[in-house]
Amino acid sequence: MRVLAAILLFVSVLALADDGNYTAARAAMVEELWLYAKFVDDADEARISKAVMASMNTVKRHELVPRSERRYAYENRPLPIGYGQTISQPYIVALMTQLIDVDADDVVLEVGTGSGYQAAILAELVGHVYSIEIIPALAIRAKQDLERLGYKNIITKLGDGYYGWEEHAPFDAIIVTAAASHVPPPLIDQLKPGGRMVIPVGERFMTQTLLLLEKTEKGEVISRQHGAVRFVPLTGEH
Amino acid sequence: MRRLFPATLLVSAGAIGYELLLMRALSIVQWHHFAYMIISLALLGYGASGTFIALFKPQLEARFEAAFSTGALLFSITMVLCFALGQRVPFNALEMVWNSRQFAYLSLLYLLYFVPFFFAACCIGLAFTCRRRDISRIYFFDLLGAGLGAVLVIGLLFVLIPQNALLMLMTLPLIASLLMGIPSTARNPLMLAQVVWLALLIGGIPQNQLGLRVSEYKGLSQALQVVDSRVLSVASSPLGLITVVESPTVPVRYAPGLSFATRHIPPQQLAVFTDADSISAITRFHGDFESLAYLGDISAALPYTLLDGPDVLVLGAGGGADVLLALYHGANSVDAVELNPQMTELVRDTYAAFAGYVYDDPRVRVHTREARGFVAQSNATYDLIHIGLLDSFGASGAGVQSLNESYIYTVEAIRNYLGNTAPGGLLAITRWLKLPPRDSLKLVATAVDALELMGVSDPGKQLALIRSWNTSTLLVKNGAFTAEDISSIREFARARSFDTAWFPGIQAVDTNRFNRLDMPYLYEGTTALLGERAADYIERYKFYIAPATDDRPYYFHFFKWATLPEVIALRKQGGAGLIEWGYLVLIATLLQAIIAGLVLILVPLARISRNWPARTGLHMGAYFLLLGFAFLFIEMAFIQKFILFLSHPLYSVAVVLSGFLIFAGLGSAWSEHLARKCEARKLSPVVIAAGGIALLALLYLFLLPFIFQRFIGNSDPVRIIMSMALIAPLAFAMGLPFPLGLKHAAETAPDFIPWAWGINGYASVMSAVLATLLAIEFGFTFVILLALLVYAIAAALFTMLPARRESTAAV
Repeated sequence: MRVLAAILLFVSVLALADDGNYTAARAAMVEELWLYAKFVDDADEARISKAVMASMNTVKRHELVPRSERRYAYENRPLPIGYGQTISQPYIVALMTQLIDVDADDVVLEVGTGSGYQAAILAELVGHVYSIEIIPALAIRAKQDLERLGYKNIITKLGDGYYGWEEHAPFDAIIVTAAASHVPPPLIDQLKPGGRMVIPVGERFMTQTLLLLEKTEKGEVISRQHGAVRFVPLTGEH
Repeated sequence: MRRLFPATLLVSAGAIGYELLLMRALSIVQWHHFAYMIISLALLGYGASGTFIALFKPQLEARFEAAFSTGALLFSITMVLCFALGQRVPFNALEMVWNSRQFAYLSLLYLLYFVPFFFAACCIGLAFTCRRRDISRIYFFDLLGAGLGAVLVIGLLFVLIPQNALLMLMTLPLIASLLMGIPSTARNPLMLAQVVWLALLIGGIPQNQLGLRVSEYKGLSQALQVVDSRVLSVASSPLGLITVVESPTVPVRYAPGLSFATRHIPPQQLAVFTDADSISAITRFHGDFESLAYLGDISAALPYTLLDGPDVLVLGAGGGADVLLALYHGANSVDAVELNPQMTELVRDTYAAFAGYVYDDPRVRVHTREARGFVAQSNATYDLIHIGLLDSFGASGAGVQSLNESYIYTVEAIRNYLGNTAPGGLLAITRWLKLPPRDSLKLVATAVDALELMGVSDPGKQLALIRSWNTSTLLVKNGAFTAEDISSIREFARARSFDTAWFPGIQAVDTNRFNRLDMPYLYEGTTALLGERAADYIERYKFYIAPATDDRPYYFHFFKWATLPEVIALRKQGGAGLIEWGYLVLIATLLQAIIAGLVLILVPLARISRNWPARTGLHMGAYFLLLGFAFLFIEMAFIQKFILFLSHPLYSVAVVLSGFLIFAGLGSAWSEHLARKCEARKLSPVVIAAGGIALLALLYLFLLPFIFQRFIGNSDPVRIIMSMALIAPLAFAMGLPFPLGLKHAAETAPDFIPWAWGINGYASVMSAVLATLLAIEFGFTFVILLALLVYAIAAALFTMLPARRESTAAV
């Protein structure tokens, strides 16, 4: 019995030490993101808010990536999560979260749950997150992982994100985690006046731009497309 | 001995067949640019086998039949084994930017696929080395085998999917092994191995392991992950593997460039993937045009707002979406051109009811032809020539196509298209919008060049460009846009929240209004490209946007070395999409060719005695090195050049590769005769050969564009025979310098012969990749001229080689 207790103690110490390592790695990652956020904006004000950064510093990314990729969990890069999907680069996740500019009581729709990481980041910042996934295995895995991590304000389902989630519409913000050939008109309908929708454009592993749609109070749609990074395509111009 | 000839033929056929099959398979599981890697590693197999035979000649010679039979059996086994293992290497090209492990996986693939070629080349090399008396007949069967192998695999790919074609192909070396095993000293153990291998095959074990494992990031894999989606049908041909996918729960909805402002949703669609990517949709249609209302709200609909009942030519009809677009807008007639007959069959027959019998509409005529060939041969004029999106956004966005030759978007192509538009008619090209812009600006630059070459003094008056958030549509008019046209373009764009980026008389306030970019890139770029300082703008632009031409048909190549450090540094700040990584894969391939060739070909040769006169090694080494480079430079440039004429990369590789093998082989056989003639007249045969090569190559540089233009519309067999006839004299001349050098080496420094083979093989391995890199950077003309210069230096070196000894040594 004593031996068993000793083993248990040893294992839990190891687990705690492991968790401590991840906490440090996460903090280091957030430090790096801060640098980029400031660098890109070239101003005193960072491009990403403290609230979003705090959320990035809280969510356990290592719990949401496959075991084989855990050691890279806090590197600022996308990682494969199986089924041809990726967990986005943390910097892109932070930027996308920033762009939809959410408040604490907002209701957000996510199309494409994937690993659940983006939903978890949002859950730290808003009232409710509704997330839809079209790949059955991912939907099940993300649901289990998010429950295990204690997120009570994330509701997930398996299904077609094209028509949004009518029962919970309208939404203050919508995040589509992978661009399709077009922006589904029903999603625009489910956005509240004044609401925002963000979509990363580009290949997996390589986001090109972030598409931001804003619905005015009159219901008109205005869109902007940002490069995730400051890049002037002509030499000699800044 | 009689068994050796068919055995050689079978192994040779198997080797070239396997080379082509691997190209096909890797185009499906990965992407097209691995073609160059396969040519390089096949040559590595031949180079390394030369070294192997040189090292173990006495042992191998003593057991020739057994060695040949074992080599053939191992070729057969590794064909299947390496194919299956290669599928299990978790190489992900898209992740190369992030993960250095991917470079290791790429090298592993290179080495894996090298193995079968090594064994094949060992058989052929052994036959040459150990049966010198019959060398000319062995050569004949080797070359005949290569030609037949190319024909066989293309034929097989018409009826079988690649993995089944592989199982047919692997029987060729197995039969060769059986043939040579019977008279061999190791008959019994060989027979046992052959029987076990046969039993394994018949038992079905390998077959289960051979399924193509398509990259999970390609469109088909992604589509099949979706709940309840399923494959409805698969059709295979050398032109591509076509897979039709149905997704009842989460329907396919493919409508690139659809307006934010639209209320219309696409009806049910079937997704059609070519080589597991390049999506095209078959749209459900029951004759009710209301259900297609979304087609009025995509950027590609722009030309129809300017035309009334036009006669339309659709290039690249795919699943028929652009034909529907034309019919929806009241086209008077539609000529739809599609290269792949199986694609046409899907819309016309297999899913005809689903597609509303759209190809049976009396207004529609479908032509199974290559686009450039059709336009070159057609006397018809059209009010609209429409080129829609032929590739997927993923492929376009990630730089995976950067090595693809595309003769659709070149200056010459646009001139041809405009030559077939009626006065006032339009050419409309829709492209994916990359940001900062690459494709779209390169297309504008290409159109401006084409118009200027046609004598248009103010090209800006004939251009209009609009963009949605993910597409741009360029109009080139045969004549100037009228005020009425411009007003229609503006209204079309405004109503759909599309941004105008160019029309004659555009002002900055007309741009960047609806989908705002950091800068009005397309407007500024088009203005610059139409201005006097266009060349300066192209130079200063951080991506390569100079017009694509038939001489440098790399429309998708945007890579600039100067930009690389900046984009690599920006990668972690969300700038990974700026990296054109397809080009970097080619560089990685070149590096691994350099290292693998060194380790597998040259280093082992150091064990062989180096007993030859002073300076001979250096001179001869340089001679054979230069020949290796020059030969492959011309061959690779021709493969890429003939894609235009033969309409598909695989056809071009098959015809040009086997053409060069056969005719260079014949030239090689004739070299002895030339040497004798030259000796009598005190001439250098290599100088004569190099002169012949230069004359023919220069002639082709001038003539090929005209020949292609004139005959491109002919049937496949005619074009294949013409290609062979064109290649024959040049390849014949190119077959001369190598055996002439070998003959000289045999007479002056016989110990150098293994080195001659090795050095030449090493140069070939590198230049197969290097030629592509040079073609992308400088064009085919440059590569061919460079090859001629290299031949000239080699010829000069040959004249400086030490004179022969009086008593000739045996080879």
